[in-house]
Amino acid sequence: MSRVHDMGGRFGDGAVIPEAEDVIFHADWHPRALALTLAAGSLGKWNIDVSRHARECLSPQDYTAFSYYEKWMGGLAALLVDGGVLTRDELAGKTQAEISDLAVKKLTVDQVAGVLARGGPADRDSAVAPMFEIGDAVLTRRIAENVLVDGGHTRLPSYAAGARGHILRYHGTHVLPDSNAHGLGEAPEPLYAVVFPASELWQHPEHPRDEVVLDLWQSYLAPT
Amino acid sequence: MPHDSHDHDHPHALLPPEPALRVKALETILTRKGLVDPAALDEIIDTYENKIGPRNGAHVVAKAWREPDFAQALRDDATAALSDLGYFGRQGEHMVVVENTPETHNLVVCTLCSCYPWPLLGIPPGWYKSDAYRARVVREPRRVLADFGVTLPEETAVRVWDSTAEVRYLVLPMRPDGTDGWSEEALMDLVSRDSMIGTAVAGTPS
Repeated sequence: MSRVHDMGGRFGDGAVIPEAEDVIFHADWHPRALALTLAAGSLGKWNIDVSRHARECLSPQDYTAFSYYEKWMGGLAALLVDGGVLTRDELAGKTQAEISDLAVKKLTVDQVAGVLARGGPADRDSAVAPMFEIGDAVLTRRIAENVLVDGGHTRLPSYAAGARGHILRYHGTHVLPDSNAHGLGEAPEPLYAVVFPASELWQHPEHPRDEVVLDLWQSYLAPT
Repeated sequence: MPHDSHDHDHPHALLPPEPALRVKALETILTRKGLVDPAALDEIIDTYENKIGPRNGAHVVAKAWREPDFAQALRDDATAALSDLGYFGRQGEHMVVVENTPETHNLVVCTLCSCYPWPLLGIPPGWYKSDAYRARVVREPRRVLADFGVTLPEETAVRVWDSTAEVRYLVLPMRPDGTDGWSEEALMDLVSRDSMIGTAVAGTPS
């Protein structure tokens, strides 16, 4: 079964509300939540796949009720405790926080520009050879779940599970989130852009020629 | 098989429920522990409020409209071509530029979270991160476009790009008629953020 973040194709949501370009944050605490998350990431205790999974593991009730940056704060609290950076008592204010051994890794002002400029490339050399060429027909896994960990992270959305498409682009070999989110190694493998006719995904597509493209790892795909 | 253990323990409940106080409490604890420098947070915020935003993307689009060689370089290797212009880094490590044509209109989403090309467009708008956009745009892109006041011709197909990996997509809108010979700066003013996500088309000369 899917988690609540996996909402592509869901019915019942209302209108999308456009927004002026000069609105960047909607409350004073939003940029603070963003910056705190980025700065804490520099401590090196988790990677981007672990942090996405932490947000996805919010309860369905919280995920639905929380605003965007509340989800980030919920995820960050879990990452800090799971990563051993903070204790639950420190988080609850029951014990006085003392200087951490990790403080040597604190992101300083002069490091910010460099860290943001470097980012976190996900391409890696891999021993896994590409199985597919551009134009090949492929079938996605029928079950959009992590194969390695029960209830674990995956980037195959439910709406594209068990669907037939074609390889559109080859992106090279990239870190596999399903492994990297769970401390099982980066396990890089070929990554492709796969194009699906809308009619393969939806009972009532809006237009016969509309398409959806997803970036999918080789282990999500089988030849067809 | 290992079972994911995160489902029974939600540490955020230990913090104050009000979001502004929750953020403040986390920042205070992390600062006391020597793990966060509030001045570094200010620097990150300044970067995304004042230095990085959709004018970067508009520069790329206007340059591609004027310079066929640059447009070709974007097709061949967008990451390298954008990096040469100074646009690289967090959430733009692997870039693909997708071109709108009379046959195909491109739209970008991240249904699973909110992946977005930060070095080109800055922080995503609220609607891009909303449940409604994430849920609907893959299934009914034309109804979502209608929410933005956009109607596509019947002969134009929609291709929606769901950003499920670390590849980030930038839409290259079609160049408006009546802009021959325009300067890069003048063209940039026709390129809105939304036109580079695909929920708008480029502006027309007034």
